[in-house]
Amino acid sequence: MIIARILGTVVSTQKDERLKGKKLLIVRPINVDGSDTTGYVVAVDTVGAGFHERVLVVAGSSARLAQGMKDTPVDAAIVGVIDTVDVSG
Amino acid sequence: MQLARVIGTVVATVKNESLEGRKMLVVQTLNKDLQPQGKPMVAIDSVGAGIGELVFWCRGKEASFPFKREDTPTDCTIVAIVDSDSHVTRSP
Repeated sequence: MIIARILGTVVSTQKDERLKGKKLLIVRPINVDGSDTTGYVVAVDTVGAGFHERVLVVAGSSARLAQGMKDTPVDAAIVGVIDTVDVSG
Repeated sequence: MQLARVIGTVVATVKNESLEGRKMLVVQTLNKDLQPQGKPMVAIDSVGAGIGELVFWCRGKEASFPFKREDTPTDCTIVAIVDSDSHVTRSP
């Protein structure tokens, strides 16, 4: 899983039937110290995350294993809202 | 599977229901000389690893196999603890 920050939202009306009702968010992977990296991913939100929050993103086929994501065509899902990251050293 | 060092913890109160009760750790991947290589990742712990320990972890769909494999959304799981750094040997 990667740590990411929510940058924005995506609205899509014409989409796969199984994506209906799912919230799509733009997230940017960040480092453990909170600094930004480059690039972005569109991820499906499964927890009710909000703008600028730090979240956990699962990528690949494991994203489908999140609750409510069974058989949906997604490869990135937000599965947690991060409270703290403690890194020693 | 790759060797990694556990370097930290992650706390997330709001999370997908299927991740309830799982411990999340920050792991730094290591190369064959046990030096850091690449960016740290967040992994679910399946063996009771702690900070500073040398572990190995698997990525991808197989990462959910130590748990209920159809229900656990993880792409990175710690699956074993290496006894000590000196137990990692390689031919020259």
